[in-house]
Amino acid sequence: MNILETDGERLLRAVRSLLEGKGIVSTEEVRERIAVTDAASPGQGARMVARAWVDPSYRRLMLADGTKAAEAAGIMMRGMPPLGVLENTAEVHHLVVCTLCSCYPRAVLGYPPLWFKSAGYRARAVRDPRGLLADEWKTVIPDAVTVRVVDSTADYRWMVLPLRPAGTEGWDEERLAGIVREGDMIGVTVPRV
Amino acid sequence: MDKETQRAHHDMGGVAKFMCETVDIEPHGLDDFDREVDALRQLLSAKQLMSVDELRRGIEAIPEGEYHRLSYYRRWMRSIADTLLRRGVITEAELRAALEGA
Amino acid sequence: MFVAGETVRVKDSWPEAAGPVHIRTPHYVRGVVGEVVRFLGDYPNPEDLAFARPAERRGLYHVRFRRGALWPEGRAEDDVLIEIFEHWLERP
Repeated sequence: MNILETDGERLLRAVRSLLEGKGIVSTEEVRERIAVTDAASPGQGARMVARAWVDPSYRRLMLADGTKAAEAAGIMMRGMPPLGVLENTAEVHHLVVCTLCSCYPRAVLGYPPLWFKSAGYRARAVRDPRGLLADEWKTVIPDAVTVRVVDSTADYRWMVLPLRPAGTEGWDEERLAGIVREGDMIGVTVPRV
Repeated sequence: MDKETQRAHHDMGGVAKFMCETVDIEPHGLDDFDREVDALRQLLSAKQLMSVDELRRGIEAIPEGEYHRLSYYRRWMRSIADTLLRRGVITEAELRAALEGA
Repeated sequence: MFVAGETVRVKDSWPEAAGPVHIRTPHYVRGVVGEVVRFLGDYPNPEDLAFARPAERRGLYHVRFRRGALWPEGRAEDDVLIEIFEHWLERP
């Protein structure tokens, strides 16, 4: 039998024990990395979005250099792929997908949702974005707005800077961050009050 | 020749047979296996033992049927093992022995 | 070297037919004409990194394609934005 066809759990245990024995990867390192990865969440991205909504110079930084903007928000980006930010406007709505695999701005938003990695999403997002968004998320993008699908094929990881909804005038950053969801930063939904 | 026929199987953008699949949009947490595999990949990358490009290549090399049958992180685990063997970080003999011992 | 606003065509090339490769240019844009939006920087070629081979840095571009140039359905003026390496682009 092809050794690669071994059940994944058994492969993991065997590989980890070999790597530990060789002094390459320790149990402690794995535990620590899990903790760091678990700590990233869409809340980090939401705080960046909220800040961009109230601070025009931060918004400009986010659009010019997403990586620097993430670092300014306290997110560790050293060794991470560059972050690109796509701004939704009255004319353009962005939707992010990785048709080839599952590239996602993990350092900022945490683990990608399962649906983002699914064959259905990867196939349909790029070819029928309006239908997909309406059918699965009840998100309807008006005809007058261009839907721009961004396929993450190379080194960048992309997130959406959604449009600030009406009815949030005078809100502070914390309150604004509270209405920004994971899907808003991928483009399958838009923030609502 | 038609592009859909010529494509590699993981190259799924716009492919008709996947477009009809309903997308389960419910949140699903990661289990311990998933988290460990994810952490392991990050560590191997940081230690320059496996790039994300090698991870992807290893996943793309999984035969089509298996690719769809395996869960996301099981594909990763298979690719991690494949890459470490190719790179000579571990040998097949060592891996067989470790599997038997487990 | 390409500039923002320039019209480019993705090469209608299929290296998959020749043997194991790792290509980051999706099948659906091969042979399709689009417009360069901006230069994203130079990055090591993933086609070589994937096989742990020494990888040359290549220019990466954000290229926009009208939906109408890709598929018959949907709003033709919607578009798709993809990162494509220089060696996959040519002037039509």
